[in-house]
Amino acid sequence: MARPKLPFEFLVALRFLREGRMQTALILLGVTGGVAVIVFLSQLISQLQATIIDRVLGSQAHVVMRPLEEVNLRASTDPASSVLIEPRAQRLRSIDQWEAMVKLAEAQPRVVAVSPVVSGPAFALRGRASKSVALVGVEPDRYRRIVKMDTYMTRGAFQVDGTNAIIGIELAKDLGVTVGDKMFLRAAGGRDELLQITGLFDIGNKDLNRRWVFTTMKLAQSLLDLPGGVSNIDITVADIFDAQEVSERLQAGSGLTVESWMTTNSQLLAALRNQTVSNNLIRGFVIVIVALGISSVLVVSVVQKQKEIGILRAMGTSSNRVMGIFLLQGGLVGFVGALSGVALAWGLLQFFSSVYRTGDGAPLFQPQLDTGIALSAALIALVVGVLAALIPARRAAKMDPVQAIRA
Amino acid sequence: MNAIVSLRGLRKSYGIGTPVETEVLHGLDFELAEGEFCALIGPSGSGKSTLLNLIGLLERPTSGELAIAGTETRGLSEQALTVLRGRHIGFVFQFHHLLPAFSALENVMMPSIIEHGVATAQAEAVAFDLLDRVGLKGHEHKKANQMSGGQQQRVAIARALSLSPRLILADEPTGNLDTHTADDIFALLREFNRERGSACLIVTHDPRLAARCDRRIELVDGRIARGD
Repeated sequence: MARPKLPFEFLVALRFLREGRMQTALILLGVTGGVAVIVFLSQLISQLQATIIDRVLGSQAHVVMRPLEEVNLRASTDPASSVLIEPRAQRLRSIDQWEAMVKLAEAQPRVVAVSPVVSGPAFALRGRASKSVALVGVEPDRYRRIVKMDTYMTRGAFQVDGTNAIIGIELAKDLGVTVGDKMFLRAAGGRDELLQITGLFDIGNKDLNRRWVFTTMKLAQSLLDLPGGVSNIDITVADIFDAQEVSERLQAGSGLTVESWMTTNSQLLAALRNQTVSNNLIRGFVIVIVALGISSVLVVSVVQKQKEIGILRAMGTSSNRVMGIFLLQGGLVGFVGALSGVALAWGLLQFFSSVYRTGDGAPLFQPQLDTGIALSAALIALVVGVLAALIPARRAAKMDPVQAIRA
Repeated sequence: MNAIVSLRGLRKSYGIGTPVETEVLHGLDFELAEGEFCALIGPSGSGKSTLLNLIGLLERPTSGELAIAGTETRGLSEQALTVLRGRHIGFVFQFHHLLPAFSALENVMMPSIIEHGVATAQAEAVAFDLLDRVGLKGHEHKKANQMSGGQQQRVAIARALSLSPRLILADEPTGNLDTHTADDIFALLREFNRERGSACLIVTHDPRLAARCDRRIELVDGRIARGD
């Protein structure tokens, strides 16, 4: 047996922990479980949220600019107000001076991409089939930075010119067409055109796969009777959670109706926030329970080690160092428990990601562990361990050596 | 000769400020010279252990003066008392009081580990030597609770000596041992006292052992009844 190399406090703290095998094992188990739950939950929720946001924003612009809604203004008989505002049917209109608005949007900080879009209702016709669709006229080079169409293409490329069109796989199935076939498109106003299908996309959303028909802006303008106009401007921002701020700034600057994904998906956003809150709640409770566990085990240990504490004091150990020994025990239990907890969380992630898969067989979430989450959990466990040891450690330090030895 | 322990008018009361306030020691005057081998005798409840705890700086007197190795202890901080205790005093308790989680060797090294913060090679050499001297060669790595009572008390004596203290305080060191083992332990203390010049103050009930000390002090009802 070699001479012990550890500093006094470490040496004694480790021996005390080793001596109380059962207690140490139990509390380590507790800390391990707690840390694993925190890390696993945090990882799971952050990944699921990222996946959900990704799916929602995968087919949607972060910010959309539209013309103001038209209203009827009528003189009022009520002396308190001069006009009555009445709603009216909204026709498809172009954004006034949309080129200037595109420039305005592009000049905003944190705006990554801007794409003018001409979109309106139409019918896709082939044989006796007639499907209601949304005609979307875009400049592909701009639009692919709003919705990553390139990654969704199953046939052909995301390129349109002349009377070419790109449609979703569901619409193609409904009409019985594929790349190279033709289909007839009739806009709500009665204008129509024979389109050549040059590409198919699968956005992962059946509804959109059935509705979207991409053409050039020019073709859409003429079909929808919006010569030279655009119906909306789609915008991508660098950080998706900046969308609201950017949209408010654009609204003030342009006088148009500007909506961010956070407004249009406010329920989703609220659900995500609630999820985060409940996650934090669970984390908080787990931390408190783990701290109470460490604390109670160490309180018992202080009573059990009364005699040893007295002996150490009699041999010249100051009360501060006795306190240090017990703080160290808390810290060690927290630290070791954190390591095994992170390992356990990693195992859980591997297991559950192999069990839970999406419809197409891909894992619902990635089994990777975020270093930040793991590190912060470990740090929290360490700090909680030391804090939890504070009360028992003070008790140990205050112990009267004479009483302790006699006990 | 210099006094290693010097007390003047030393009093100790318990339960101060309560209705059951009791004075256990009623003003003791006493000196223990360097290297002296002294027995502290007296009936149970006479205050022997209290006096030993006061001299060992484990408790503070209610009034009076107490100097250890020439340092007056009145007014010293807890920290300073701890340092003084660690540097000059070695304890041998009645129930040996070893640390059960540590080996015999580590128990003997512990005062040095406390003093220096880590186990030094020198402390290890000293501990091996001391264990050899108390007849425990080959038992160095046994855990304290794997040893007999006599062996444990030998370890406790080796531990008390490990920092070569100028004063050894022994509270009934042979109290729970059979006569033969008790004689051995006593002989060991005597031997170290002669060899190293450490003063010894030994609380004992055994008149045989008391008779073999240089000096005897008898405590009765918190007063020194007889001292030679």
